[in-house]
Amino acid sequence: MKKKPNKRDYSPWMFLAPYIIFFTTFIIIPVAAAILLSFTYFNAIETPTFIGLSNYVGLITQDEVFMQKILPNTLTFALIVGPGGYILSFILAWALAQVPKRMRTVLALIIYSPSMTAGVAMAVVWTIIFSGDETGYLNSLLLTMGVLLEPIQWLQSPEYLMKIMIFVTLWGSMGVGFLAMLSGVLNINTEIYEAGYIDGISNRFQEIIYITIPSMKPQMLFGAVMAVVGTFQAGAIGVALSGANPTPQYAGQLMVNHLEDYGFIRYEMGYAAAISVVLLIVVYLFSKVAWRLFGEKD
Amino acid sequence: MSAFQGTRMNPSKFHRSQLKFLAFLIPLAIFMALPIVYIFFHAFKPIDELFAYPPRFFVDNPTFQNFVDLFTKTNDTGVPMSRFLFNSVVVTLIVVVLTVIISTMAGYALSKKNFRMKKAIFEINTLALMFVPAAVMIPRYLLIDELGLINTFLVHILPLLAMPIGLFLVKQFIDQIPDELLEAARLDGASDFQIFVRIIIPLVKPAIATIAILSFQLVWNSIESSSLYVNDEGLKTFSFYMSTLTSTVEGNNVAGQGLAAAASLIMFVPNLIIFIILQSQVMNTMAHSGIK
Repeated sequence: MKKKPNKRDYSPWMFLAPYIIFFTTFIIIPVAAAILLSFTYFNAIETPTFIGLSNYVGLITQDEVFMQKILPNTLTFALIVGPGGYILSFILAWALAQVPKRMRTVLALIIYSPSMTAGVAMAVVWTIIFSGDETGYLNSLLLTMGVLLEPIQWLQSPEYLMKIMIFVTLWGSMGVGFLAMLSGVLNINTEIYEAGYIDGISNRFQEIIYITIPSMKPQMLFGAVMAVVGTFQAGAIGVALSGANPTPQYAGQLMVNHLEDYGFIRYEMGYAAAISVVLLIVVYLFSKVAWRLFGEKD
Repeated sequence: MSAFQGTRMNPSKFHRSQLKFLAFLIPLAIFMALPIVYIFFHAFKPIDELFAYPPRFFVDNPTFQNFVDLFTKTNDTGVPMSRFLFNSVVVTLIVVVLTVIISTMAGYALSKKNFRMKKAIFEINTLALMFVPAAVMIPRYLLIDELGLINTFLVHILPLLAMPIGLFLVKQFIDQIPDELLEAARLDGASDFQIFVRIIIPLVKPAIATIAILSFQLVWNSIESSSLYVNDEGLKTFSFYMSTLTSTVEGNNVAGQGLAAAASLIMFVPNLIIFIILQSQVMNTMAHSGIK
């Protein structure tokens, strides 16, 4: 409002107070605590003792599982699911924008629906489909088609677990970001397209690169941030599918699982906190890339 | 002008040129829908069809037996399934209502009021869009323990109330409301509270619908609070109970599959119904979702 804020005007704070209280308690303090704990040895019983950077040094130099399995797994998973799901969302949104409203609504609903319950709740269905004996749907199908001679233990096999995790996560990744991009494409002023054609754009690919994406940068950025967060959030899927933490031969072990392993199974809280901090930094870096690509300032 | 016909976004009626998009979209949509359609069929299969070999996708003689079994089943410690469902419904209702109120209030202050730190708070919130709760589960656990919330009903509710994406969307939406409208109401003697209830809330209904859906999905599907913070079986939620059914499915417990599919369906259907009812409001909000 135009009214000058005077010293007695506490009204903004009255409206903000509940949000700030919960935001601080359950987001800011845990992040700060993770950073502090990461410099300590803490087994959840004795008081934490300060040990400097030891946790980080240990993580990089001594934790073979982390360097050989967790980090490569996390990066593979994130690089395929993140950009993959994001590009797929954009292509779907773009294609959907070009069919009439009624059809679009139905198709968008179907494509969006996996993301509503994706994740752990759906793991039950996937365990049935990928069940390891010949009664599993996939096994049965492939056996009948003659592709396989004997059933495969899909979810227990180090070879397939990661691929299935990627597939399942991609399947459920057309979420809020997808909806934002869809409405972004729909809200581009048609005159911009006409102007583009006068300026010599001659095919759809150029149209997407020079008109569609630049006109919906804010939604593209929103979608990208949602894709990054969704990707790292989905970490629990491997454990849910294989039913074990650690997953068979660490094949589907991601940073989230590693941190759960150290925090809640081995009670090395300080070490787990160091993993948290590394994870938060990784998420931040991924988002930063998105900001570089689509942000208006920076 | 080139001979090339420009893309027609948001066409009003069907035209042959759209076939190529449909040829891509329809098969993909069908493929994506398969697992969900599968739960529907599986949940209604009688026991002999669950055991059938080779397994069949469709159901021949649909039955409600799986649902009856699910509702009459108790878990190992004697807690009936209905208790989990009741917990979930109560928790979900409370979280959705409170999240909507808290986010809208904060969005109003951040959008229409001038005060120091306003920009900083919004920036921090935008940064928090990237927040991955799973990353800080250990400090969160310690904090919740410290606050004495372990094994309470509140632990399902409190951690989910601050939803950065909710505040973000509602703030962007309130930005569209002209200041003059609020100024006029103020001149007519409306208090802050009246402005908020009579003007802001009715005008931002689409954003409210969106926050409601997002927070619904978050809390309804959440198993974190039940698995980490609650030991008392009677206080756990349906989504958690459902995730424990996964272990029953293993070891080729085919009867367990029917229960699991019925439970999945109960998890899924409310999501679907709410989204169908509110979808046009959601799309309206998403138009303002961009991060600038």
